[in-house]
Amino acid sequence: MAKRTVQVSDITEKLADLCASASCELDDDLINGLEEGLRIEESPTGKQILEQILENARISRETKLPSCQDTGFAVVFLEIGQDACLEGGDLMEAVNEGVRRGYEQAYLRKSIVDDPAIDRKNTRDNTPAVVHTEIVKGDRVKITLAAKGGGSENMSGVAMLKPADGIEGVKRFVVDKVKQAGGNPCPPVIIGVGIGGTFEKCALLAKKALLRPLGSHHPDKRYAKLEKELLSEINASGVGPQGLGGRVTALGVQVETFPCHIASLPVAVNVNCHASRHKEAIV
Amino acid sequence: MKRISAPLTDSSVEDLRAGDEVLISGTIYTARDAAHKRLVELLKKGENLPFEIGGQIIYYAGPTPTRPGEIIGSAGPTTSYRMDPYAPLLIEHGLKGMIGKGQRTQPVLSAMKKFKAVYFAAVGGAGALISRAVKSSSIVAYEDLGPEAVRKLEVADFPAIVAQDCHGGDLFVEGVKKYSRSVL
Repeated sequence: MAKRTVQVSDITEKLADLCASASCELDDDLINGLEEGLRIEESPTGKQILEQILENARISRETKLPSCQDTGFAVVFLEIGQDACLEGGDLMEAVNEGVRRGYEQAYLRKSIVDDPAIDRKNTRDNTPAVVHTEIVKGDRVKITLAAKGGGSENMSGVAMLKPADGIEGVKRFVVDKVKQAGGNPCPPVIIGVGIGGTFEKCALLAKKALLRPLGSHHPDKRYAKLEKELLSEINASGVGPQGLGGRVTALGVQVETFPCHIASLPVAVNVNCHASRHKEAIV
Repeated sequence: MKRISAPLTDSSVEDLRAGDEVLISGTIYTARDAAHKRLVELLKKGENLPFEIGGQIIYYAGPTPTRPGEIIGSAGPTTSYRMDPYAPLLIEHGLKGMIGKGQRTQPVLSAMKKFKAVYFAAVGGAGALISRAVKSSSIVAYEDLGPEAVRKLEVADFPAIVAQDCHGGDLFVEGVKKYSRSVL
């Protein structure tokens, strides 16, 4: 098959646009989820919080002011077609330049420090991005940006369960994690769950689960059922909007799975705040 | 809905109960992780803080950059527990209020009880909405920290909820208990 040329500068431009739009144009699936949450919330305080969140989304869309001041770590997924030929420079530099431009031009917050445990000096341009690449069929490059807030990311975790723990063990870990997080990750949250693979694979599955549209289900009916059961158990916790009590703790639970070792049952929970921001483009 | 003015006094703190919805007007200061580290280092060395802390409210926030012609960027609360290692000493030195999101830990709650201070929850992720309550903003310290600089804000009708009060009232505990139906 003939190779198709993709200029890395096109990736830079697209990514800069995605950074800007992700922060102030929350997706319709999320807005619908929040409106549904407002319908079922019983707590007066919870209702008021959900109304403020919806009003905030409207203001953000109209004024292009970021919906949340934590405009996130730029997590960039690149699905690179094996017949795409990347030209025009270093791919990683092109990605970081896209993030740099997007965050600067749209007045987004720069939230990255250069060194995690010693200097912690702000890099002032929100780079570097966290980049996950995958080689896929075809001759195009699909770019997905997830702008990930720190408060919810901090509430995430991985457990290496025993196979004997089974599906009940998975449920207990996920529900406990969300209960312990309480108001910290800005509930109502969206929960990404990765089950299977290895230590790092299940964490990545959990993050990828968050990229799916809110309300979508796992193709295997048994896991789709697990998603519903987890959502109902999490919403029975009483944590509620902002952790101040209520019915709506999560808007959705999304599970991704992968085969795993005979000795293992890895589970990862990646918590996303209600400002679930992800946008994609194809070059 | 209660209207309160900042800075606070002991009696205004004592009037507030977990669950009260309030609108805050007056002067407040922003500070988050890196600024707290510096403020506490100053206190431990016996030096003065860059602002008079008696009666003040600290808002745990790091706004987005201000666009030309505007007062402030998006300015919602950040998660408060990260400031818990520093908050008791600030409360001991006269801090009366904190605005953030998420529950506080026991050492902070004990200091709030002992020295009369209150913790307000603002709606996390509502930074565009909250920014409308900010009428003026100026950096008073630590400009080198970028989004973590300490800002003095004049606010009008800043919407918040009393989450944990100085009498031991705790909406995180009471609210969750009220709506919990857990079986696991």
